[in-house]
Amino acid sequence: MAHTASTLEVDSTDVKFYVEDDGHGHGEGEHGHASDGGTMLGFWIYLMSDCLIFACLFATHAVLGRNYAAGPSPADLFDLKLILVSTFMLLLSSITYGFAMLEMDKDRVKPTLVWLAVTFFFGGCFLGLELYEFSHLFHEGATPQRSAFLSSFFTLVGTHGLHVTFGMIWMIVLGVQVWQRGLIPDNKRRLMCLSMFWHFLDVVWIGVFSFVYLMGVLQ
Amino acid sequence: MDFTQLIFGRLTLDAFPVHEPILVATFLVVLLGGGAVLGAVTYYKLWGYLWREWFTSIDHKKIGVMYIVLAIIMLLRGFADALMMRLQQAMASGGGEGYLNSHHYDQIFTAHGVIMIFFVAMPLVTGLINLVVPLQIGARDVAFPFLNNFSFWMTAAGAVLVMISLFVGEFAQTGWLAYPPLSGVDYSPGVGVDYYIWALQVAGVGTLLSGINLVVTIVKMRCPGMTLMKMPVFVWTALCTNILIVAIFPVLTATLALLSLDRYVGTNFFTNDLGGNPMMYVNLIWIWGHPEVYVLILPAFGVFSEVVSTFSGKRLFGYTSMVYATLVITILSYIVWLHHFFTMGAGASVNSFFGITTMIISIPTGAKLFNWLFTMYRGRIRFDVPMLWTVGFMITFVIGGMTGVLLAVPPADFVLHNSLFLVAHFHNVIIGGVVFGMFAGIYYWFPKAFGFRLDPFWGKVSFWGWLIGFYLAFMPLYALGLMGVTRRLSQFEDTSLYWYFVVAGIGSLFVLGGILAFIMQVYVSIRDRERLRDTTGDPWDGRTLEWSTSSPPPVYNFAFTPMVHDLDAWWDMKSRGYKRPLEGFQPIHMPKNTGTGIILAGLSVVLAFALIWHIWWLVIVSAVATAAVAIWHTFDYNRDFYIPADEVTQAEDERTRSLAGGSV
Amino acid sequence: MSSAPNAANAAARDGADHHGGAAHGSFRGYMIGFLLSVVLTIIPFWLVMGDVFGNNMVTAVFVLELGVVQIFVHMYYFLHMNTKSEGGWTMMALIFTVVIVLIALIGSMWVMHHLNTHMMPMSPEHMMHQMP
Repeated sequence: MAHTASTLEVDSTDVKFYVEDDGHGHGEGEHGHASDGGTMLGFWIYLMSDCLIFACLFATHAVLGRNYAAGPSPADLFDLKLILVSTFMLLLSSITYGFAMLEMDKDRVKPTLVWLAVTFFFGGCFLGLELYEFSHLFHEGATPQRSAFLSSFFTLVGTHGLHVTFGMIWMIVLGVQVWQRGLIPDNKRRLMCLSMFWHFLDVVWIGVFSFVYLMGVLQ
Repeated sequence: MDFTQLIFGRLTLDAFPVHEPILVATFLVVLLGGGAVLGAVTYYKLWGYLWREWFTSIDHKKIGVMYIVLAIIMLLRGFADALMMRLQQAMASGGGEGYLNSHHYDQIFTAHGVIMIFFVAMPLVTGLINLVVPLQIGARDVAFPFLNNFSFWMTAAGAVLVMISLFVGEFAQTGWLAYPPLSGVDYSPGVGVDYYIWALQVAGVGTLLSGINLVVTIVKMRCPGMTLMKMPVFVWTALCTNILIVAIFPVLTATLALLSLDRYVGTNFFTNDLGGNPMMYVNLIWIWGHPEVYVLILPAFGVFSEVVSTFSGKRLFGYTSMVYATLVITILSYIVWLHHFFTMGAGASVNSFFGITTMIISIPTGAKLFNWLFTMYRGRIRFDVPMLWTVGFMITFVIGGMTGVLLAVPPADFVLHNSLFLVAHFHNVIIGGVVFGMFAGIYYWFPKAFGFRLDPFWGKVSFWGWLIGFYLAFMPLYALGLMGVTRRLSQFEDTSLYWYFVVAGIGSLFVLGGILAFIMQVYVSIRDRERLRDTTGDPWDGRTLEWSTSSPPPVYNFAFTPMVHDLDAWWDMKSRGYKRPLEGFQPIHMPKNTGTGIILAGLSVVLAFALIWHIWWLVIVSAVATAAVAIWHTFDYNRDFYIPADEVTQAEDERTRSLAGGSV
Repeated sequence: MSSAPNAANAAARDGADHHGGAAHGSFRGYMIGFLLSVVLTIIPFWLVMGDVFGNNMVTAVFVLELGVVQIFVHMYYFLHMNTKSEGGWTMMALIFTVVIVLIALIGSMWVMHHLNTHMMPMSPEHMMHQMP
């Protein structure tokens, strides 16, 4: 709208100083596309801030990750086959969430919910595998208290796991809401937010398996 | 584990400091004062009004005001701590022991720092931004009005936790950034550091969310025509500040989370053994800590820019350079953090890199100062109170900035690190910059918020109290620091320093006078509000959009969304014969009030309290309750309503009459 | 938009086809993304588990690079990042965040490496060795 405004400035008497058709108004940032009032952008910025939490945990792991304190090292502990399987669980949950979104675009409530349930299942598998891995490590005496390496490992991976847990709780709540009210715009917006959240967790996991597990075993 | 421990955790009767006469007296004062306030509210039956109109309000203007009220209350607490420290040092430097034992003294300087930064400066900044920015960009509210209310209450919840620590248990004795290993569980086994951690975590949630909210507001909700380069400078600084908040508060959250894991779970991030590294904490916390000071100062720069151009009757000199200077400062503030620990032992290359980047920051800041000076040059300057604060700022801040550049030279820092010179430096920039800026802003926008101006006489008294007090209190500290006196001392060997501390103490009394004059100013202004009434909505002959509304603005701010053609939009409208629309009003869509924010924040206080005292059953109960309330809130889809066109017409007609000089 | 609920309402009136400026995903896009990320996951695991290069340094570089590529794949195919959505602000926010993340990561490692080498307690033999 800025461009039209500058052409208006020629004659001061004709300049409009307010939008007459109102009650709603129009933002500069809109650019003609239907806007959601900023929820998507806001949620994206939230994810960026979350990204910085993970950045701190990665930085801590980068600095402290070799301080084994005469305790076990990654090569002693990590079972890469297990990590590969859980990575696939997460990847599958990502694509199934994508399918849920495609069904949402077609306004089909039931298939959307079914794909959400499948996503929930894969997320649950991922979490189950992570808990299995943690209990296994605990059993071997590799607890978070054992060394700075293990502290930072458990915190980084555990924080990711907590995010997945949170995402799954959200999925249940949203599932109920979609089931109750259908795919109304509010619910669609929420599904898109959760979609961003879920795929974002994938991106973080790429960092985790590359940096923590694979590079850890290499050291 | 016995039964009481199961119920109360670590909380025993010993936690109540009945053996500390100072605390008991404070408690009685708080009890009487608080009781009087609560009693008055009950007597005048104001609870319903407060709940409906303020506590549950999602109106950005009211939330802004509540932030500022919170900040002023906490300023009194934080300043009481400052007075106590000045008194102790003045007494002890004469050869005595003073009146505070070192445990108490350590808590006081920690609480002073934490309160002044997190619960005075931050709420002042956020409050002013909340109050002004939506009006300046021609919006009806922020992007996420409920989140805004919730953010405020989380900040207040953090403040409540700090206040609870005064009477139940203790506060941290570690300094305001709680460096481990001192803040680790081995050296600080008590609840002090836990209060610190949870107060900051709870408030941090609020700060982060409000940062996201305001960024989106500024990005998405500007009125038509307001391109980025037509935004008022205050909006620019608010944008940069909130971008900084979003980018750094997660770092604080993560760092404190790691510290709390060390304390609660027994991990080894920052411990001395099993591979932990306390220096990592220092590194991380300053990645947050340095940009944080820019979070505080940038909005102050914005206020001065608005004030200077309004009270000089001129367009701001060098608007573009002002914007770029702000952006450059925003980016540079991320790559200077190591200058807070030059002495920790990094090599020459690291120290010189961070020393040089630090010095570079003074260039855009200097550019800003010249812009303000050139704006004043040949302007028709009105020396109203905001202008006094601005001139006071310009002089004081230059001194503080120069001592900052001095400290940025690593070899000099090795001499001055952790000395009173440093203390004098950061008070110089924070008082001379942030506090002066916020007082200028409060005086400047007070009529917009309340419909009447603040009394200028008491405003001037307050200004001179602060200015003289600041110089008396902190110039001696520069000298003391150069002589090698370290910070955070409660006892002294060398009695020759006595007079320096006495002068500093007298300075703090002047500042006390400034604060009391401010309170007096508010009282007098409320009493004489008819005399100080602003019927025009534009008491200072302002330049930006907020002055186009009535004072105070209606709930919906603008009956019609404004359309902007120029940088100083309101000035442009005035000079081109803008006529207020008088008819054709339509219903306006607005968000509904909600009590969820205050309920969630209240539950967070309970959760934090339970965590601090290891009351595990309560931790579980309050955590589940918090989650349940949050989820329950998402099931409420019916969050907004329409203000009928009649009501809008009525409000606008009233404004028409008021402008015509009729009824008020 | 002049206020959030206005916006929500506007979206309601506009119907359900809008994505708040985010790009639309398609079945094809999701499948391409999925297959690429499967490949990009398997290769690094294979490189490490099979010790293909026999050189940890080389493997590490490959693992990191493939990780970065996979992050891009996810960003593009799953998060639908592009320069257009939200008027470019999401991309701007992302770039800014990446810069800050890199500053925090690399800066911390640089600083902490310095502190470690300069400040770690030395063994007695080492100190003897250093004596003049």
